[in-house]
Amino acid sequence: MPTISPPILLIGIGNEYCSDDGAGLAVCRALKTKGFPGALVIECECDGTVLMEIWKNAKRVILIDAVSSGARPGAIYRFDVHKEHIPLSFSFQSTHAFGVAEAIGLARVLEQLPPYLIIYAIEGKNFSSGKGLSLEVEKAVQQIVELVMSEVQGAQIPAGATWPQ
Amino acid sequence: MKTKTIKVDTLARVEGEGALYVKIKGDKVMDVKLRIYEPPRFFEALLRGRMYAEAPDITARICGICPVAYQMSTVHAMEQALGVTVGGQLRELRRLLYCGEWIESHTLHVYMLHAPDFLGYPDVMRMAQDYPEIVKRGLQMKKAGNAIVTFLGGREIHPINVKVGGFYKVPRKQEFEQLAEKLKWGREAALETVRWTAQLPFPDFEQDYEFVALRTWQHPAEYPFNEGRIVSNKGLDIPVQAYEEHFAEEHVAHSNALHSVLKERGAYFVGPLARYNLNFERLSSLAQETARAAGLGPVCRNPFQSIIVRSVEILYAFDEALRIIEGYEMPDQPAVEYSLHAGTGSACTEAPRGILYHRYRLSDEGLILDAKIVPPTSQNQKIIESDLRHYVEKAIDLSEERLTWECEQAIRNYDPCISCATHFLKLHIERE
Repeated sequence: MPTISPPILLIGIGNEYCSDDGAGLAVCRALKTKGFPGALVIECECDGTVLMEIWKNAKRVILIDAVSSGARPGAIYRFDVHKEHIPLSFSFQSTHAFGVAEAIGLARVLEQLPPYLIIYAIEGKNFSSGKGLSLEVEKAVQQIVELVMSEVQGAQIPAGATWPQ
Repeated sequence: MKTKTIKVDTLARVEGEGALYVKIKGDKVMDVKLRIYEPPRFFEALLRGRMYAEAPDITARICGICPVAYQMSTVHAMEQALGVTVGGQLRELRRLLYCGEWIESHTLHVYMLHAPDFLGYPDVMRMAQDYPEIVKRGLQMKKAGNAIVTFLGGREIHPINVKVGGFYKVPRKQEFEQLAEKLKWGREAALETVRWTAQLPFPDFEQDYEFVALRTWQHPAEYPFNEGRIVSNKGLDIPVQAYEEHFAEEHVAHSNALHSVLKERGAYFVGPLARYNLNFERLSSLAQETARAAGLGPVCRNPFQSIIVRSVEILYAFDEALRIIEGYEMPDQPAVEYSLHAGTGSACTEAPRGILYHRYRLSDEGLILDAKIVPPTSQNQKIIESDLRHYVEKAIDLSEERLTWECEQAIRNYDPCISCATHFLKLHIERE
């Protein structure tokens, strides 16, 4: 996969055949439908090492992924990776061990993190084999689309904020 | 009498994945129950009623790490059903594509998942603090494997260029130049990788395994990727089409998973160690010499040393990829022609983790009437349980923390497909 350096890189991560794990991809597809000048939107069904390759030369990156932390399904989280640690209770879904958390951790050690890296995480409800998102996650996908568009257009969103309360 | 229970839970909300339960009484292991993998029944159902030509792209979605293996087993099974033979340069290109996947998958496992176990780190992040250059080498090698899959597969993840009969598009010879340079670097890095893994500390542990892998008589110089008979070190020697006569999937009470067994014989072992032990003399001279220099003989029975064997296979894959590229001549057609008819076909190919069996029944129009998929992790589950039972008994005096660590390491010897299950293990140990 080529190394990419657009003004802003949006990466949705997941597997659409693992139910709510497809949330990140669904956000990407919705953003593409709306059209998003200045941003490159990439759907990634890859392991973390590929993620590190994709963001290598990017300055501003937003990742969107499903998460399983035990919170209410559909809850939305935002993390500024340079300012906050991701809670240990978070398990980003991955079919293999080297996923988002590992990519961020390793890139931090090797000094390969993009200078601006935001993660939007959606609490999933069902990660079993199958297609289609849970209703709660479907709603969260729409909210994240709006949040990401606001963020890219320069709106000030406080780090660590959780929606909806 | 003391009773100790090791219970491992993982992602609680991922049903059917990831749990280990070991019960110890005194110095005896009373019970081992492993639940790490659910077979792809959803995909088998999804395939029924779809056209045969859709299958390679659907099965590629089963695994983000080994999509090529799923595609290769799919197309070879379809071709067997339709009486299609893919030879010459198209066959070579399929081997090349598989080289890319072995490099990607094995490198990820050796460097990012398994090496930290041996070096005493909880994960590769901590290992990278002390060994940044080694971790960077692993990342660079994996990237070279990705480059093969992207180049031939048309896409890095879930390649789209593979079809029944061959490929949608094949490259011109001169297009390989840039790729070849990356692979030459990769071959040198793979040599270093074998030497590096050979120096790791290994527990003294062997069992009387039945190793099962492909071995082809039609191509006696080839280490197996896409074809061959299914053979074992204990006399099994059958055509792939007889797989279901000799192997069975058993329901296991503690798990949603099915455990594969050799009928009337029990657990068996698939993957790098099995391939190596049954095909050592078919590795390239460079791979054989490097293995011997690293202290491996033609047979290795210690599953902890699978990290060295995987590294030898990475070296072989780089070497084989370069051999294929050097001898490549662009074929006249990207795929062979064939006609549709009803039929049943099956195939096994050597996924990075071991043999991957597919069977399809097609209608006259090419509709999939029935599909069966048996991944390597399903096949290894029973032998992993057996390893844990014997290993824990030998290591029973270790601290709970150490024992837990070594159980995880023993599971990772097999690079189980749901590696996350063994990575996010949470253990509860109870003592009486």
